[in-house]
Amino acid sequence: MPKKVVSGNYAAAYAAKHARVEVVAAYPITPQTSIIEKIAEFIANGEVENLQYVSVESEHSAMAACIGASATGARTFTATSAQGLALMHEMLHWAAGARLPVVMVDVNRAMAPPWSVWDDQTDSLAQRDTGWLQFYAENNQEVYDGVLMAFKIGEHEKVNLPVMVIESAFILSHTYDVVDMPSQEEIDDFLPPRKPLYTLTDFENPFSVGALGTPADYYEFRYRIEKAMENARKIIKEVGKEFGERFGRDYSRMIELYRTEDAEIVFMGMGSLMGTVKEAIDVLRNEGYKVGAAKVRWFRPFPKEELYELAKNVEGIAVLDRNFSFGQEGILFNEAKGVLYNTDANPVMKNYIVGLGGRDLTVNDVRVIAKNMKEIIEKKELDREIEWYHLKR
Amino acid sequence: MELPAEVKKKLTLPAEEHFYAGHTACQGCGASLGLRYVLKAYGNKTIFTIPACCSTIIAGPWPYSALNAPLFHTAFETTGAVISGIEAALKAKGYKVKGEDGIMVVGWAGDGGTADIGLQALSGFLERGHDGLYIMYDNEAYMNTGIQRSSSTPYGAWTTNTPGGKKHFVERRPKKKVIDIVIAHKPAYAATASVAYPEDFMRKLKKAKNIKGPSFIQLFAPCPTGWRAPTDKTIELARLAVQTAYFPLFEYENGKYKINMPSPNKEPKPLEDFIKLQGRFKYMTKEDIQVLQEWVLKEWEELKKKAEVFG
Ligand SMILES: Cc1ncc(C[n+]2csc(CCOP(=O)(O)OP(=O)(O)O)c2C)c(N)n1
Ligand code: SF4
Repeated sequence: MPKKVVSGNYAAAYAAKHARVEVVAAYPITPQTSIIEKIAEFIANGEVENLQYVSVESEHSAMAACIGASATGARTFTATSAQGLALMHEMLHWAAGARLPVVMVDVNRAMAPPWSVWDDQTDSLAQRDTGWLQFYAENNQEVYDGVLMAFKIGEHEKVNLPVMVIESAFILSHTYDVVDMPSQEEIDDFLPPRKPLYTLTDFENPFSVGALGTPADYYEFRYRIEKAMENARKIIKEVGKEFGERFGRDYSRMIELYRTEDAEIVFMGMGSLMGTVKEAIDVLRNEGYKVGAAKVRWFRPFPKEELYELAKNVEGIAVLDRNFSFGQEGILFNEAKGVLYNTDANPVMKNYIVGLGGRDLTVNDVRVIAKNMKEIIEKKELDREIEWYHLKR
Repeated sequence: MELPAEVKKKLTLPAEEHFYAGHTACQGCGASLGLRYVLKAYGNKTIFTIPACCSTIIAGPWPYSALNAPLFHTAFETTGAVISGIEAALKAKGYKVKGEDGIMVVGWAGDGGTADIGLQALSGFLERGHDGLYIMYDNEAYMNTGIQRSSSTPYGAWTTNTPGGKKHFVERRPKKKVIDIVIAHKPAYAATASVAYPEDFMRKLKKAKNIKGPSFIQLFAPCPTGWRAPTDKTIELARLAVQTAYFPLFEYENGKYKINMPSPNKEPKPLEDFIKLQGRFKYMTKEDIQVLQEWVLKEWEELKKKAEVFG
């Protein structure tokens, strides 16, 4: 399989190219910009055919142009970060509501103020109720694989929903790593041209999309989006398995488990910080700790069953959130706790807020957290439910 | 309905209807007439994009549509961007866009969705040179949300957020000249039109279909509900707007301006003829009407100059 040394952003751009996207509408924002620059380069070099690139005047228009293109039947891609994603918010609802499988890479970046270009998951998690599927990549390979799978899953006839592939600012977006890329033929075989649910070019049977939904019907439209989300769980696993069979990297689980077989304490989190966590697990295991990691790959739909299966068999879960929902707690923590209520799984759960705005989380930090978790489990008493781990007091 | 041959001969507009009865516009709605003419001009090989506005409602609730053409309803400020995306997708997929047998991409938005919140997306659409047509139907206020001012509302007009009262009316700004902003982008084609002159409008629509690049038409479309005017005065009002030079008809193409008849060829009719038919101007004193009259004539002189110099 051909390998390339690329940044996370270039991995995303190559994946879009290999997926044979037909329309890209995008607007620059650090640290996403090099994705669309690379795509523009593909066009300039004649490396892609039939790709229309619309350099819009804002992110709001980027998403609006993408919904127009997707409704016309085109395979559609865009990318953004933080403020750009927030500006798109209204149209994210539109893409999902009109059942348009746009694929977007969001490079996780902290929201301003204060201005920050560094990693933080609050931007993408703030979009959780828009009806988009969300895949969090740990490394550049997962960015590449995630984009390819996103098209196949989002465009699946049982799903027809937009998909966000999320990578972290700079830690992935600008860091070079080896990425395996299958040949174009192999990808074409895995990802055939899109077969849209509907297209605006159906002049024989003209219809309208997005018309006024009265109280007699609106409710059912929402229910169908939820049905599609439920369907997506199955499709994600199928596509993830097929991906593994074809290309050797298995994504059939929505939560990737690492050394959890006999683990008492599990670290749960998303995205690039889980690379550090896995490394720390190895160190901690050598030190005699029974620890493992649970990397939540898909945040939407939320992997409820996989979480329950895991939680049944462990004593404590440390949820690492590189995000925060003000007035409550870390968002992953909030979701995970919610899933386990009314079940017989009852591990101790503690929320560690880590690395906001790009602050590092080191292997040693994870060791400190492991010790804290162990104490809690031994004392059978939670010291505090939420800890702002790095806080300078 | 098949018309007898002798009747057909007299028609100056296509007989086919692609705008169905059963739409939900108010009686006498100018906007709905406009939509009907666009559909007559283009037939159903047209992709419509309509943002939040009265036309969202006029087209009908799900699962109905009054338009015999594909229609994408979108968010208020996005018309320019959505039609850009549609055009890009058609090109990527190898469809023929515009020309006699090509697909027509039409954005149909109100003055609020164009002059205010959607101005940025309109600018992007024009500047990038997409092959589509943006029609701003101008009823001079936000009617869908209950008659609030837009920047296209004229000086002196009552709206629900520029009310008239014991002291005076509130709307003291002149109408924003969106067409001038559009022309500053040097589009392939820009024009004003009126629902009172459908042949002129149709000719302009045909032109927009056969020209390369982005086109824009600002269509004057009276709203009896919002203008507090009788429902049988729509055409008269639209005609008077042209005859008083309040809303003259003209075209811009290749840097050239052309004033279209039936705009006044000598003295415009007094503006008062147009004003007195509408309840929205009832708070204006004689002096206020004079202010508006002067603005109209000044703008009219400017337009004539442009047509003279860049004709
Ligand atoms: C972002 C956003 N803000 C506000 C609205 C509410 N809104 C819907 S239609 C409308 C006014 C439309 O006015 P105009 O474009 O002039 O069209 P008309 O209703 O007069 O036909 C407004 C303010 C909205 N839909 N979206
Ligand atoms: S309020 Fe005015 S523009 Fe809206 S449907 Fe009624 S007449 Fe037409």
